[in-house]
Amino acid sequence: MSDAPTGNEADAAAEEAWRSSPEYAAWRERYDAATLRDKPYETMSGVPVEPIYGPGPYPGEYPYTRGVYPSMYRSRLWTMRMFAGFGTAEDTNARFKDILRNGGTGLSTAFDMPTLMGRDSDSPWALGEVGRAGVAVDTLADMEDLFADIDLSGVSTSMTINGPAAVVLAMYIAVAEKTGVPQAKLAGTIQNDIFKEYQAQKEYIYPPRPSVRIVTDMIQYTAAEMPRWHPVSISGYHIREAGSTAAQELAFTLANGFAYVEAAVAAGVDVDEFAGRLSFFFNSHSDFFEEIGKFRAARRIWARWMKERYGATKERSMLCRFHTQTAGVSLTAQQPEINIARVAIQALAGALGGTQSLHTDSFDEALALPTEKAARIALRTQQIVAHETGAADVIDPLGGSDYVEWMTDEMERQAEAIFAHLDDLGQGSILEGVYAGIENGYFVGEIADSAYRFEREVNNGNRIIVGVNAFTDGDDSDQSILRIDASVEEYQRKRLADVKLGRDDAAVQAALAAVTATAADPTANLMPPIIDAVKAYATLEEVSMAMEKEFGTYVEKAII
Amino acid sequence: MTDTSATDEAPEQLRVILAKLGLDGHDRGIKVVARILRDAGMEVIYLGLRQTTDSIVAAAEQEDADAIGLSMHNAGHMTLAPAMVKAVDEADLGTPVIVGGIVPEDDIQPLLDAGVAAVLGPGTSAEGVAQAVRDAVAAANA
Repeated sequence: MSDAPTGNEADAAAEEAWRSSPEYAAWRERYDAATLRDKPYETMSGVPVEPIYGPGPYPGEYPYTRGVYPSMYRSRLWTMRMFAGFGTAEDTNARFKDILRNGGTGLSTAFDMPTLMGRDSDSPWALGEVGRAGVAVDTLADMEDLFADIDLSGVSTSMTINGPAAVVLAMYIAVAEKTGVPQAKLAGTIQNDIFKEYQAQKEYIYPPRPSVRIVTDMIQYTAAEMPRWHPVSISGYHIREAGSTAAQELAFTLANGFAYVEAAVAAGVDVDEFAGRLSFFFNSHSDFFEEIGKFRAARRIWARWMKERYGATKERSMLCRFHTQTAGVSLTAQQPEINIARVAIQALAGALGGTQSLHTDSFDEALALPTEKAARIALRTQQIVAHETGAADVIDPLGGSDYVEWMTDEMERQAEAIFAHLDDLGQGSILEGVYAGIENGYFVGEIADSAYRFEREVNNGNRIIVGVNAFTDGDDSDQSILRIDASVEEYQRKRLADVKLGRDDAAVQAALAAVTATAADPTANLMPPIIDAVKAYATLEEVSMAMEKEFGTYVEKAII
Repeated sequence: MTDTSATDEAPEQLRVILAKLGLDGHDRGIKVVARILRDAGMEVIYLGLRQTTDSIVAAAEQEDADAIGLSMHNAGHMTLAPAMVKAVDEADLGTPVIVGGIVPEDDIQPLLDAGVAAVLGPGTSAEGVAQAVRDAVAAANA
């Protein structure tokens, strides 16, 4: 036996050292000031656990690698926000009321495909799509039905829409005003991330530059009029679903975020006036440690760029707060029940990565929209992660692992290489670099290459997907799926025809002309005339097309 | 796919039109299929997003296509796929229409009954995709 300390003694001495450091004391003071969830923090076997292990930088401290808040899930678990929508506005309204009766305060709205594309239910493009993947909104009347008898000053509403986001936000403002709720009291988020539409999801209407003008108008408008509103949710989810790698998802998403910051600053808004209300949306895929590294890197990169490149001074402007959804694309149509296991692992990665909210996919989503039972199992899955695993008891529990720290650095390194490329493309502007990357096919090309590489690996057996190219026994394809009643389409068309009959056509035409005129004036803000138009019951498509007259349409070059 | 030997290739290069019909913007699958068919020695003409039955028929006519492939992920297949078959019939092209994407098991037979040549679900192998195109073309020319 030598006198050298044993491994245990050395570890204990190191822990003693950082726990007695002034940095720890400073963090501990903020942690102790936070309200904590009322539960014993100990393992299932009764071993008490500390909120944090390992030296700083501590959670809630720049560059926030370990979490955006000092006490993270010890104060509040992530929000379990399940995204869904179907059928008519009345159907969804009934579900909203159900959520509110059960103590929920967050409403999440999915729109159908024609609405997402700025088309009305009576458009030839809408055939077969009305009310299928979400609720159909043609006019303010549908929005009135959607939020009927709900006090909009007491809820937070998330609306997943991009191309016609300004029109839908205008309708929400108009509904609130009609029920006596001023827009300043409205809380919520509208996705409104147009860059990723050109890169991945492909639900755009106008070319990129006028579309970004609409986004900056909304950032400006909400910064001035709606202090509780989040005007953009910068979304990597769709980039990943379209086939990107984890690092591409991370880099493209944050680059889009930088581009919005540059656009808003160029429009004259101070960075600290809006950056704190930008939020993010990431995918959680199956490669567990890579995902956790990605989440940790996202926080560190955003904080550093906001502080160093964009000169943000408020802490909130530097916080990468994000929503996470498990990877829909990872779900298999074969042996669909085993998707429950995939979702559980992806949800755990989201929690260990420090997400602020989480949607867990339903196991039957490779087949159709989820059934009620499958959606309940998905919610229960994240409740298990939250309440049974202990993953929420210790902040960033994988921080300090050599592998996780290396992976975090590696994600950051790959992302920085992509930022450098975009900065180069844009000659010192990420905004111009993102425009250039959309125009020259960089984003779609990179994503398609990654998707094809993955597919080739699955096809040649180098990548095992359980139930697809290995372990294929036991697939009984006798799965009940959700089907949307086709009568919704007929109902919605009639509803639209009735609204059109009952409105003042001259007022509608005048309001639409004002929208077109404002679109032609780059110094004017589009929100006020759009709000006027929807109040006159101009339809979503009419308002969208009033802007299209000035902005034109975007047609993607078909690149394989 | 990449290891497809020359003997698997049809003597004449098949010309395949791929398109996204309607509003659905999910194009990951169709781009992968485009590369699979190209690797299998076929000529692929990808029309891109937001196509109509008219634009697809016009392209099929102009390109003298051997097959039309549609990819559908928005549950619109029961409306849109039969509309495509009808448009091809009305133009008297005789071009087989193949549908890939998210199509529930119960919908496959009705689509085949409506004149769709083949329905390829998720998990179809690269070889399976290429073979389905060759089979559909052979059947259409028989």
